[in-house]
Order: sequence, then C-alpha cells, then structure tokens
Amino acid sequence: MLALGVGLYGKEASARPAGAIRPPGALAEQDFLAACVRCGLCVRDCPFDTLKLSELGDNVATGTPFFEGRKVPCEMCDDIPCVKACPTGALDRELTDIGKARMGLAVLIDQETCLNFLGLRCDVCYRVCPVIDKAITLELVHNPRSDRHAMLLPTVHSEHCTGCGKCEHSCVLPEAAIKVLPYKLAQGKSAEHYRKGWVEREAAGGSLIGEQQQLPMRGLEDRKYGDTRVAPGYVPPSAAPVKPGGIDSGWKP
Amino acid sequence: MSSASHTQPVVPPAVTEPASRASVMTRPGADAVKVKGWLRAHKWLLLRRLSQLGILALFMLGPWFGLWIVKGNLSSSLTLGVLPLTDPYLLLQSVAAGQVPYKEALLGGGIVAAVYLLLGGRLFCSWVCPVNMVTDAAAWLRRRLGIKGGKVPSEYTRYWLLGFTVLASALTGSIAWEWVNPVSMLHRGLIFGFGLSWGIVLGVFLYDLLIASRGWCGHVCPVGAFYGVLNSAALIRVTADRRSRCDDCMDCFAVCPEPQVIRPALKAVAQDHPLILDKDCTSCGRCIDVCGKDVFRLTTRFDRSES
Repeated sequence: MLALGVGLYGKEASARPAGAIRPPGALAEQDFLAACVRCGLCVRDCPFDTLKLSELGDNVATGTPFFEGRKVPCEMCDDIPCVKACPTGALDRELTDIGKARMGLAVLIDQETCLNFLGLRCDVCYRVCPVIDKAITLELVHNPRSDRHAMLLPTVHSEHCTGCGKCEHSCVLPEAAIKVLPYKLAQGKSAEHYRKGWVEREAAGGSLIGEQQQLPMRGLEDRKYGDTRVAPGYVPPSAAPVKPGGIDSGWKP
Repeated sequence: MSSASHTQPVVPPAVTEPASRASVMTRPGADAVKVKGWLRAHKWLLLRRLSQLGILALFMLGPWFGLWIVKGNLSSSLTLGVLPLTDPYLLLQSVAAGQVPYKEALLGGGIVAAVYLLLGGRLFCSWVCPVNMVTDAAAWLRRRLGIKGGKVPSEYTRYWLLGFTVLASALTGSIAWEWVNPVSMLHRGLIFGFGLSWGIVLGVFLYDLLIASRGWCGHVCPVGAFYGVLNSAALIRVTADRRSRCDDCMDCFAVCPEPQVIRPALKAVAQDHPLILDKDCTSCGRCIDVCGKDVFRLTTRFDRSES
C-alpha cells in the first residue's frame, strides 16, 4: 500500500510547471518518467549549461532534466549531444534533425503588451528565431488605431517551431509576451470530422457539391464573384455617390 | 601487554555491573583498540570510508575540477567515455513501467548485476552507497547517547517494499521508488545540487537515530533488498572461523548493521560451518574490527575451515 501510495503521489507530482521544458527528443511526459533514470548524462553533455536536473522543490520530478527558455534556451546543436548521451531512450535517438525537435510550442501569449502588437517595430523574437521566417513570421496587417500604419505581428507556425525558447529568452519585456508552452497547453485540437471546404475543393480539383448558383450582390455587380473588397475611391456603379468615409475620409486631427 | 590480562574485566571492581555493561554497549570495540591498536581496530571501517568517499570523489572530479573520469551518478554513469554502468533495480522498475531501455543501459545494468551477483550484492550497501555514512553516523550517535526503544519494523519490510515498488511502477507507469529514494537523492544531490532533498536524507538520519535502530538500511530500504537478492551467492563472505576464542563480549552484535546474521555462524545455530552465508550480511567487516579476539575474517564462501 505504501509503495502504491508513493506511485500515486509520484503521478500527481509529475504535473510539471508550464515553464519547465524537457530536452529535445524527450518522450511524452508519462513515458519519459518511466524511462528516465535521472542520471544527468544529458546535462553533462549539454555544452551550454541549458539543461539541469531538477531538485526537490523545483516542482519537476526530482532528478529529471529540464530547462527554462527564459533563463537559458536550447541552442539547438546540430549533433544533439544530450540525446546521444541518454542511455535509456528517455531522449529518443530517432531524433537526428534538431529542426524536427518539438520541445514545446512558442505562443505569443500577451497581445496587450507585445510591442509589435502596439504597432512598434521590436521584432526581437522574430530576429533571434533559429528557424526565422518559418517558425516565426511577421504578418503585415493594418493598424486600426493610427489608421495609417502597419503592424507586423510575430506569428508562430507550429509545423516549424522546435520550442527552443530563444524567443522567450530574448523578449525585451520584463515578463515575456511570447512563451514556450507544452503542446497540451499551447494547442487546441480540431474535431476529427471537421473538413475545410477550400482544402477539400483544391484536393478534388473542384467543388465536391457542384458549382453553386451565383446570386447577384447589389453594388458589386462588376466584381469577380466573392470579391467584396472595397478599393479606395471605388464607387459602386449601382449606388448613388456617397460621402467618402473610412480610410479616405479626409479627416485630419 | 599479554593476552592473559585481557581476559580480566576491563573495568575496576568498584564500578557496578550495569554501568560497566552500559559502557561496553556505548563503546563497542574498546577492547579491540587496546589489543590491536586504534588503526587495526578500524581497518575495515577506514577502508570502507575510503571506498565510499573515493567513489564519490570520482563523480565529483568532473563538476569540481573538470576532470571527467566518471559522468552521471549511481543511477547511471559513463566511465572514461566507454564503460556504461546502470543501476539494475532502476531498470527493473523501468521495464515494469513499460519501457525498454537502450542497449547501453541494459549492458550497464548487466555489468553491475553480474559483478554484484559474483562478489556479493550488499557490498553496494557497505562499500558504495553514500547513505551508509548517514545511517552509520545515526547508529554511532544512538549508541553514544544511549537512545533505546523506538519501533523497528520487520526486517522483511524491505522485501515487501521491493515487490511493491516494482508493482507500483507497473501500475503507475513511472519509476516509482525514485520519487523518494534517499540513496539517489543523496548521491545526485552531492553531485548536481540538493534543493530540498537534504530533508529526505535528514529524515533517514533521524529515523535511524530516534525511531528504529539500523531501521533504514536494515529494515526498510528496497534498494538494499534488491542488492540483498543479488547477495545470495556472494563470493566474499565473513567467517567466524576462530569462534572458539569468542568471550561473548557482544561487541560484534552491537556494531553489526544486520545482527541477526552473526548467530548461526558464531554460535553454530542451524549450521555447523563458521561462514556467515545470510544474504543480509553486507560484508562490511565491522565485526572483524571490533573483535579483540580476532574471531572473524573475510574469506570466500567456499572456505568453511575452522581454526
């Protein structure tokens, strides 16, 4: 009974804080705790003092390796020495390309304080990303506040992000606006039966339910079907001239 | 000094009987120190400390001085970049939890298991394990302070716990005993940093000091129980081959971490040869040290001679 209690306590204690990231190639947490013998050989072979063994009180299973991106991020060594050092397979040697590591997923978690979301050009997380322009891109959107500027929004793409933590490490704010989180926390999941119409149509080379009848849209008769964009100075042929508004209102502060 | 003088009572006649017995129990080995000298009366103790601290030092040379002879800790290590060693008890729990370790770990576990199976599993407890120094210190202080009583669990507790940790590993899918294991916590703590793990080590010390004499290593620890199983065919054994000289001073019983193993060999209970073959004997050699009559010596399990 005692040992069972110990095991159950262990299971409870294995809920690791979101900021503690496992080394590259780490098995899923439950499997990791069955395989890791807590020897620290990965820590010894990490050339950058990134990895450390948790101590009782760190809230990570005592003696298991982890790192915190905000403190020392993973440098993504090409030869992945930590994985090679692991004698048990808690770090899976199937991982030979560090670009395929999925230690966690960066999430721009606070759009209220991120400088780029405020319309400034910080871009630091984007610049330091080892997978720049793939894992993090800057997406150009209109700045509705000034009404005349652009915002370049750092945007993480899960198919390329390794979770190394460099972005979180270098965020200039006192508390990082971008953080690497475990996948469980970082991602939602589509229901299995969901289909995206535009993807299905492309795959099938045409609509799966036949071409639809196109109803006329008042005011957009001369436009391509579905094009509802309003160009500056555009006056729909069927509508009476209206006083210009929006972006070309001519209003000055 | 002639040996005849030592057959006389050590204490002056004026001292009352209970006080003399108390002094013998608090300072076992006093007679041996007089007969053999301090150094010879602590020979095996010093050698064991040298072994325990030396092995620890091999692990510490890396982090302290950048001399990477041995990397890792007792759970798993790599020596000189070629020799993998892994704790087979951890591997057993890992396999029970549903993981098949890589061949390095299996090879390392096999080497460790083979060496201990051959020489004697509980050599780990007395010559390698860092917790031995903690519990020895607790036992020494307990004798010096004259602390009696407490509640000692059955000596089979450890074997039950050994079974349950493997079962718990299977049920929870994790290496169960590592959540509390003071052995790895102490060793890893010294090498990689303690955090609050020192509290668990202090707990073991206080448990042995106040609650159960020789409680942890002798009754509870499933790591010791695992190595005890590997101790069944131990080559290195203690023999009481000069048991005819025994003067029943009880010093060996007072210092022995597993006192129940001595009686069959010393007093010929249920066996005729003088070898201590009980798998609980850790071959620590402390009985050899404290015996003023040189009753004990280390030998192999095949040496059943008596002199």
